[in-house]
Amino acid sequence: MDLATVWFLIIALLWLGYLFLEGFDFGVGMLLPILGRDETSRRVLINTIGPVWDGNEVWLIVAAGATFAAFPGWYAGLFSAAYLPLLALLLALIGRGVAFEYRGKVDSPRWRSVWDNVITWGSAVAALGVGLVLSWNVLGLPIDAAGNRVGSPFAALRWDTLLGAVGVAGFALVHGAVFVALKTADPLRARARGLALRLLPVALLPLVALLLVAQLRTGSAWTWPAVAVVVLAAALAWLRLRSGREGQVFALLGVVAAATVVALFGALYPDVLPSTVDPAYSLTVAGAASSPYTLTVMTWVAAFGTPAVLVYQGWTYWGFRKRISTSHIPKAHTP
Amino acid sequence: MERDPGTCRCAGPWRSVNAMDVLDLARWQFGITTVYHFLMVPLTIGLSLLVAGMQTAWVRKGERRYLAMTKFWGKLLLINFAMGVVTGIVQEFQFGMAWNAYSRFVGDVFGAPLAMEGLVAFFVESTFLGLWIFGWDRLPKRVHLACAWAFSLATIASAYFILAANSWMQHPVGVELVDGRPRLTSIWAVLGNSTVLAAFPHAIAGAFAVAGSFLVGIAAWHLWKSSSDSAVWRSSVRLGAWVGVVAFAALVISGDQQSKLMFRQQPMKMASAEALCHTEQPAGFSVFAIGDVVTPDCENVKSITVPALLSFLANNDFDSKVTGVNDLVAAYQQRYGEFYPVDPRLGELSGKPIDYVPNLPVTYWGFRLMIGFGVLATLVGVAVLWLTRRGRVPRGRWFPLLALAGIATPFLANSFGWIFTEMGRQPFVVAPNPSGVDGVWMFTARAVSGMTVGEVLTSLIALTLVYGALAVVEVFLMRRYVRGGIAAVLPPPETSRPDDDVLSFAY
Repeated sequence: MDLATVWFLIIALLWLGYLFLEGFDFGVGMLLPILGRDETSRRVLINTIGPVWDGNEVWLIVAAGATFAAFPGWYAGLFSAAYLPLLALLLALIGRGVAFEYRGKVDSPRWRSVWDNVITWGSAVAALGVGLVLSWNVLGLPIDAAGNRVGSPFAALRWDTLLGAVGVAGFALVHGAVFVALKTADPLRARARGLALRLLPVALLPLVALLLVAQLRTGSAWTWPAVAVVVLAAALAWLRLRSGREGQVFALLGVVAAATVVALFGALYPDVLPSTVDPAYSLTVAGAASSPYTLTVMTWVAAFGTPAVLVYQGWTYWGFRKRISTSHIPKAHTP
Repeated sequence: MERDPGTCRCAGPWRSVNAMDVLDLARWQFGITTVYHFLMVPLTIGLSLLVAGMQTAWVRKGERRYLAMTKFWGKLLLINFAMGVVTGIVQEFQFGMAWNAYSRFVGDVFGAPLAMEGLVAFFVESTFLGLWIFGWDRLPKRVHLACAWAFSLATIASAYFILAANSWMQHPVGVELVDGRPRLTSIWAVLGNSTVLAAFPHAIAGAFAVAGSFLVGIAAWHLWKSSSDSAVWRSSVRLGAWVGVVAFAALVISGDQQSKLMFRQQPMKMASAEALCHTEQPAGFSVFAIGDVVTPDCENVKSITVPALLSFLANNDFDSKVTGVNDLVAAYQQRYGEFYPVDPRLGELSGKPIDYVPNLPVTYWGFRLMIGFGVLATLVGVAVLWLTRRGRVPRGRWFPLLALAGIATPFLANSFGWIFTEMGRQPFVVAPNPSGVDGVWMFTARAVSGMTVGEVLTSLIALTLVYGALAVVEVFLMRRYVRGGIAAVLPPPETSRPDDDVLSFAY
């Protein structure tokens, strides 16, 4: 396998890490007003993701950086074409990031409710934005021979990409509810589990629909099983959830995320940025890759860096594995 | 099919009618977001390491004073850290969003240090910061301390990678030109660029100068105001002042090295730093100017010129020649062309003469304000060291005011330094390396994406408003926690017997 393909796979892997990890913290953020009916339970919710949300977000930053390094034309074409969706994503990430840190710093209901809203809406807009940009990338953008967008800044807003936006947000909702069920004690746990049971069959439908659209347009024979795995893992997750096995459900949603990435990036390959203007303008893995030397350097960095990241991020999750209940939450201590 | 930005089939402000407007707006956006981001960055870097040092002192000596320092300064660090993190994402995305031609041109080289920064530094930083925040009393003491060092050192690593990327824009090395684009031939040349070796110590020393003044200003105010916890505030004041003074020495040495290097690597930038229109031998250094340094010939507005100092800054002697802007322009025209190419994406600049002279008032004053505010910061530090010697505390109201005002000075020096070095590189975004591969340079005007005025105006306004609002919030919170003092971050000893079940820290 050539290094360009290796880097296509690494970028897909970074997306998987991002969707799987930040997926649930987006979900927790969106569910804050629904599951968190009082101040203490809202604090429990935020603290389930407190130590990890920032590390989760770095997967996106590294995915973007890796795209820049390994496929400069892909990074340049996608980011400039998706200018306004990315701006919305950035503003949402800025808002929620600051909100987690600042929310508890002043002991006032008004102050907290402002930041709660920023967390909820920031998480929702960010999840929708990620879904929009990802599905626009996979399903195709109007780019010319130079890789620049032709047409309006709102060209990303098509029915199929909006499906992708809702698809990712829907997955994040389910994933977030399951994560809360996994990480909290009753009554929050039961509430989250009940919500996840009701949400799952509906909220994963847009994602499956997106995968079918991508599969029918540019999928190949070997990506059909990935779509099937998504459906099966989702169904199994629902059954295991009914038996209250949150850990297994969480892992099965990981399978959903993995198969989703396989299906989407499988449909994308061998393109990295398909053009809807003329297929001849599409950027391909082979055509858009950086020089073999740059890719070799980056491969060494990734070969040592990625396992280390998995180890210490894994260690963090292990260290904070205990369920959190309302009795764990200390009294607010602010100046 | 080359895209003509004037023929976009969309209406109203979403049309890219004027490439110049897009370029100017994109530059303002990059300037505003970068200067803003760099208000948080040096404080984060300097304070992270100082807090890690305070925690080390606590773990080793077990004195409550050091714990109080760790908790108090750590809390202010976290308030600032969050802002640095979120505004940093904008920086990474902005290259692709607003500067896609630049990203395509430099991607083979520039992307690598950016990706390394993410993979090596940001993951460590974010993960271990999370562990540190939530790990109090949960992780073993030494493991928790190691987390503080991990994220602190990661901020340093991050600084190195991004400065290596920036230094490559100032002085491209380690590349060959293939199909009109630089191609990386040696990552070691990029990471070991003489420019980054000089810029890195300068930037890190600048970060410590910021953190030092921050400690001095806040702790001096507490020391003056209250009798409680005076040991904490005294240690903080003395530590901050020493850090600031040592940082200044490092800034002078590294700055001098950087300037000598820059005279060789970007002679136009350094001639512009002096607004030196005419070649001089020996060349003097003007301390300030009254009036516009550009007209009529850069000379008769300057006051108090130190003879031969510019020759020293450039060449380490007092009699050498320093080439002025006018002579350099001729050399640049000969080497890099007199006119922009005819290209509709260049808008009004298409086919026009290239102006090789940076904005002289900005470079001239930027350079002086950087040095001036750096000197002021040090004077405050030295004064505070003297005033607080052997347990003294001045009782006058001027003392805390002086120390608090001192906080602003290194921030300003950092900002002006960056504004100088980035504006001094214009009209290039990738400045040519005089001894490097021919053709590896790029004009800023050619670097911008072909986005619409509406898009860049939207992002400029939205980011500026959000940043402005967040600045208010950050200062409000900082003020609150500063006023809260030690009591706000550390419960008094007798009540701190936590219930086993309750988390010692939670959001």
